Amino acid sequence: MLLSETYHKIAADGIWNNNIVFGQNLALCPLLAVTGTATNGLGMGLATLVVIIASNGLISLTRHLIPGEIRIPIFVLLIAALVTLVDILMNAWAHELYKVLGLFIALIVTNCALLGRAEAFASKQPVKEALWDGLMMGLGFTLVLVALGAAREITSAGTLFANASLLLGESFKFLEVTVIPNYKGFLLMALPPGGFIMLAFLIVGKRLIDQKLAQRKIQPALISAAITE
Amino acid sequence: MKLDPATIERLKEQIAHYRAFLKDWLEPSNLARLRPTLEFQTGILAGFALLASVLLGVTNCSTEGTIQRRLDEDLIKSLEEVVPAALHDNDMLRDTRIIPSAGFNIGADETTVYLAKKSGIVTAVCFKFIAPDGYSGAINMIMGVDRDGNILGVRVLNHKETPGLGDKIEAAKSNWILSFVGRSLDNLTPTQWAVKKDGGVFDQFAGATITPRKSVQAVNRGLQLFQAHQAQLINP
Repeated sequence: MLLSETYHKIAADGIWNNNIVFGQNLALCPLLAVTGTATNGLGMGLATLVVIIASNGLISLTRHLIPGEIRIPIFVLLIAALVTLVDILMNAWAHELYKVLGLFIALIVTNCALLGRAEAFASKQPVKEALWDGLMMGLGFTLVLVALGAAREITSAGTLFANASLLLGESFKFLEVTVIPNYKGFLLMALPPGGFIMLAFLIVGKRLIDQKLAQRKIQPALISAAITE
Repeated sequence: MKLDPATIERLKEQIAHYRAFLKDWLEPSNLARLRPTLEFQTGILAGFALLASVLLGVTNCSTEGTIQRRLDEDLIKSLEEVVPAALHDNDMLRDTRIIPSAGFNIGADETTVYLAKKSGIVTAVCFKFIAPDGYSGAINMIMGVDRDGNILGVRVLNHKETPGLGDKIEAAKSNWILSFVGRSLDNLTPTQWAVKKDGGVFDQFAGATITPRKSVQAVNRGLQLFQAHQAQLINP
């Protein structure tokens, strides 16, 4: 195996088993707010990814300093400071990207998944594991955001990754596809209720896959049991 | 200044001493002993708050100039979008006039007007204005008007409208905003200065009527502001 047992488990948890949205049902506010299009989902996902890695690393680094009684205010302070820092630095040095993503950066503060990871993981684990956990949780979250954004964008407007070149630069123009030409549009999916509905479908899909995987694991055991009888 | 070897030696010793002390103090077992004490908790909370504020303060101060430059660049770019380059040969950022705009409900009591001049004669003016009553907050806009009161162009600078619905007022996402070009208070009646749903000539968006409605109304108020100061602005 490429990764050691621990790292492999963290990766599997972050991306699938204990995914921020599918597993923990957290971060629904930013999730539903920005996933009108796949591009917005991707932007929010990437911004969150950066902040969650930084906050996990910082909290793990200082975990012995933080008393249990006042850990929550300190976590909130660190996360808010990090988000503001990213906000200011992007405005100054990546201004074009900021004009597109700026809307979403401040929303990261409201993402309780960051606090959740700080509390459940980073405050109890060494720095390397915490950084890895941040990366994997962030990737898992980005994945859901893009999937939900794509599903809603296709059903509501018939396009996929519209305006991706504004976010990623002209070279990503090829991502912008019209999936259903001359689509009249289905507004519900672009509005918040559409977000809830589509999210429910995605969660059902994830559960079905999990069920199939579990059955496949049981079946060989049953067969071998039948043979011995 | 030159330090004699003895002093350097003493300084080195002291640094080593402090480092050893810090290392002992940062031992998890020592910190575990300190953590339950009230003094430690107060100090740590204050320490983190101080660290965060210093970090943010320093970043803010060191990037303030850069951010201002970026905003100026943005402003020049948007000025050039609403006032064609052929209409002026002056530096519009420096050639400004401030007019009172209270009572026009465009978000500010005073408005800075950027004058476009060609060989000293005002050919067009350009100013920022705000639709304070957008669907989810203020919509910041800029427009260029020629000396006769015809719109040369309108652009949205920033807004908080619904992504995917209301954000079609941005020139990058749809060409709706171009429908203002050539309009004036003279060639449209007051009732025509509205979205189609309200009996006017401007399109609304599927699913977002409020955003374009309020934008049209704000552009209209902006033109009224220009008209009120037209004589004074074009004959400086």
